[in-house]
Amino acid sequence: MTSIGTDKTTQQIGKVIWAENLCKKFGAFTAVDHISFEIEKGEIFGFLGANGAGKTTAMRMLTGLSKPTSGKGVVAGFDINTQSEQIKKNIGYMSQKFALYEDLKVWENIRLYAGIYGVPKKEIAPRTDDLLHRLGFEKEKDTLVKSLPLGWKQKLAFSVAIFHEPKIVFLDEPTGGVDPAARRNFWEMIYQAADRGITVFVTTHYMDEAEYCNRVSIMVDGRIDALDTPKNLKDQFNASTMDEVFHHLARKSTRNAD
Amino acid sequence: MKQFAAFVKKEFRHILRDHWTMIILLVLPILMVILFGYGISTEVKNTRFAVLDPSRDVVTQGIVNKLATSEYFILGDYLTSESQIEQCFTHSNYGLVLVFGNRFGEQIMDPDGVQIQLIADGSDPNTASILTTYASSLISLYAKELSKEDEKALLISPQVKLLFNPSMKNSFNTVPGIMGVIIILICALMTSVSLTREKEHGTMEVLLVSPMRPFLIIFSKMIPYFCISLVNLSTILLLSHYMLGVPIVGSFGLVVLISLIYIFVSLALGLFISTVAEKQIVALLISGAGLMLPVVYLSGMMFPLESMPVALQWFANIIPAKWFIIAMRNVMIKGLGITSVLREIIILVGMGSLIVFASIKRFKIRLE
Amino acid sequence: MLRYLLEKEIKQFVRNSFLPKMVVMLPLMAMLIFPLIANFEIKNINLCVVDHDRSIQSQKLIQKIQSSGYFRITDVAESYQRAMLQVESNNSDMLLEIPVAFGKDIEQGTSTNVLIAANAVNGVKGGLGSSYLTAILQNFSVDIATKIQLPKAMPQGAGFSIIPRFWFNPTLNYKMFMIPALMIMVLAIVSGFLPAMNIVGEKESGTIEQMNVTPVGRFQFILAKLIPYWLVGFIALSIAVLVSRWVYGFKPQGSIVTVYLFASMFMLAFSGFGLVISNYAKTMQQAIFMILFFLLTFIFLSGFYTPINNMPQWGQVLSNFSPFKFIIQSVRLVYLKGCGFADMLPQFFALCGFAVFFNGWAVLSYRKKS
Repeated sequence: MTSIGTDKTTQQIGKVIWAENLCKKFGAFTAVDHISFEIEKGEIFGFLGANGAGKTTAMRMLTGLSKPTSGKGVVAGFDINTQSEQIKKNIGYMSQKFALYEDLKVWENIRLYAGIYGVPKKEIAPRTDDLLHRLGFEKEKDTLVKSLPLGWKQKLAFSVAIFHEPKIVFLDEPTGGVDPAARRNFWEMIYQAADRGITVFVTTHYMDEAEYCNRVSIMVDGRIDALDTPKNLKDQFNASTMDEVFHHLARKSTRNAD
Repeated sequence: MKQFAAFVKKEFRHILRDHWTMIILLVLPILMVILFGYGISTEVKNTRFAVLDPSRDVVTQGIVNKLATSEYFILGDYLTSESQIEQCFTHSNYGLVLVFGNRFGEQIMDPDGVQIQLIADGSDPNTASILTTYASSLISLYAKELSKEDEKALLISPQVKLLFNPSMKNSFNTVPGIMGVIIILICALMTSVSLTREKEHGTMEVLLVSPMRPFLIIFSKMIPYFCISLVNLSTILLLSHYMLGVPIVGSFGLVVLISLIYIFVSLALGLFISTVAEKQIVALLISGAGLMLPVVYLSGMMFPLESMPVALQWFANIIPAKWFIIAMRNVMIKGLGITSVLREIIILVGMGSLIVFASIKRFKIRLE
Repeated sequence: MLRYLLEKEIKQFVRNSFLPKMVVMLPLMAMLIFPLIANFEIKNINLCVVDHDRSIQSQKLIQKIQSSGYFRITDVAESYQRAMLQVESNNSDMLLEIPVAFGKDIEQGTSTNVLIAANAVNGVKGGLGSSYLTAILQNFSVDIATKIQLPKAMPQGAGFSIIPRFWFNPTLNYKMFMIPALMIMVLAIVSGFLPAMNIVGEKESGTIEQMNVTPVGRFQFILAKLIPYWLVGFIALSIAVLVSRWVYGFKPQGSIVTVYLFASMFMLAFSGFGLVISNYAKTMQQAIFMILFFLLTFIFLSGFYTPINNMPQWGQVLSNFSPFKFIIQSVRLVYLKGCGFADMLPQFFALCGFAVFFNGWAVLSYRKKS
């Protein structure tokens, strides 16, 4: 596995994300403690854990927002230690905090991010209309984002994050604060994206959402304590729901979940 | 009471945790004392002057010497032609050029007198007029020495007393003003922002439904700022006393009393702004533009009020800092007693009560 | 890519409910109201006269004082104590006590003492006031002396007529001193303060993090933030220039192009400073305090209010660390003395130095990663 880090080898292996012994320390505190995992193309990978378990920190390292203290990782064929700018061109990201510009109109937000990711100028307008049509947002094209309801904002943010057809999209607790119907709706969009070959890396609190994932990892105190398909995990822990699996593992936590 | 203490502790922790703001809050008064104490100095010293003197006789030499040996002036170059004068002001650091006429010494006995031109750089008007006044009196002095036999020339000898501030230190004037600014900054601006922050984050609602009485909650938020302002006040007084030599001539107790009243007015202002503003940034803007700017510029702290247009002078009356500064100068610098500041104290107490009353009204409306 | 970012910034700016108004109001307010406030001009000094003599000579003296234009005689008190009360209550700034037999003494050629007491809490006013009054008394004294001694045909000696001339600003109009400095204040707020607040605002709302995972480079991001504010800075500067021309009739003696050239270099430098602040501040409140802190220091060290020559030695050395010093100097030189670019090369290079320093620091301290 030593040759990993070059574009060719990872593609041969078919892994879109590959991490080995990733570690992040803030002073004496180890936020992420030597985690290793692999994710295949088109997979929906659930990244679970209690608050403070280290999910967001791990995700920030993979997206190039944060430098690992030690360990190796490859995302979309590029080394996270040295090629973070390359990675950024090939991923989409939707953060916990809703991060579209509230004082820009719907189409202006789409245009901005499309432009940033280098979508050719001629394609932006027709593809925007197409997207708005698919979302049923035609009437909201000229609405300022701040006046949209939260559920719509999240759908829009997700659509913007994958507008440039990235290899991977990172979703950091994308469905916080919306009702179950909107959440189901949102997951349908995630499936559509995965069908198009976009790998989805998603962190979540909701255990029912964990069931939707192809594979799930559960972080406890900065380590990955379990990683498998939801079905295998339930069998392994002799549980009927992912919720039980999670509680079983989370009980071991020594960190204060604050 | 136990609850109240717990709240106050919480507020202290909030403030202490924000290191940057804390550092700035503690260093700002020190910086201001230094800058205002030394930075705005209108004492003109060691100004370089040039001389255009075609005759170079005993009298002109005497005048030049008289200026050069004074503490105000340092002799720079002798010029050779009038065309060089402009260069003195544009390229070199001259404040004054002394121009004598041709054959100056010969004409001196002329009954019509002779001319000396003092050319000053008018781009800084105050320095220019100070320099020419100094130079003129030095030259007149020389003229008197010249006519020694005529002792009657000094018929009137004025005795000049500079009251309250014999060495004309600028800091005597500005230290009360610095106190005025810092207190407004801490008590009004910081308080209003921190109260609005709770509103913005929705934590205010949580506190208001707690068993604590709403006024105690607000009170608990004010106490830390009150303490910080006391720390700042002592810093300013100590620094200005030991570093700048600003005395406290009047009663120290009175100085403290006036400060406490002014702190009360400032806290009331902060409270009032927080009842008006819904967002931190709005509170910042209101207290920044509505309080800080007027306090710095219209309180008479830096710029004398009497040089301003009447409308602005009227407006200045509603600025609490104006009255605070007058009272402080009267007590601290002039050493006057309480009767001399009664008017200012009454005005400040009146303003404070009015603002508190208005905020309570607004606050109740909001609760209903 | 830059183009999309610029589009975004400009739309956000125009759509803001506060900023566009501010860009117009700020220079207007600064130019229309500030020169009225920021006025150190000493005129109309209130004088209280205690005339124990009440003779023709003392009346003449009072008239001479009144006609000098500097003083306003507010009161004629009976006793020194009374006059002192006037000074203490701020009704008078100075008092002049004329002794009994003042008139008789000077007519007989006996010298006499008068007392001047000035409220020197404001040192400038007290000092200037008393030296004006002393000068008037000296003149009066010389007048009397010559009258008495004229018959003896003594050489007078005191006959220098001293003619003060004020170049560049013959009427000593204080506004002409303040206006160039105020223009720079406006520029500093628009080009340094506003972009810093904008960036910290994006930090607080989390949108900057979204930007950080995109391929947008730091230069592009920062450039897109600054360009609109540079443009807006020029608009604000132009408003200020036009107001000073139309309202005060104050035109630059030198070329206005030089003013703009220096202004653009200053904006480049000062927006770099704003960026440095935005890199360190986490909240708007912090940013405001930091900027307040440094702005105050920079301005005081710049000779904004009083000339640098009057500062203590250490102050003069420190003043070189204030970019405001060089830009205010240059704009005053162009406006009042008509200097050209070639005359102000040291100032220009100093500003270039600041631009490199602040922007370099900003780039080094900007972290897309934690």
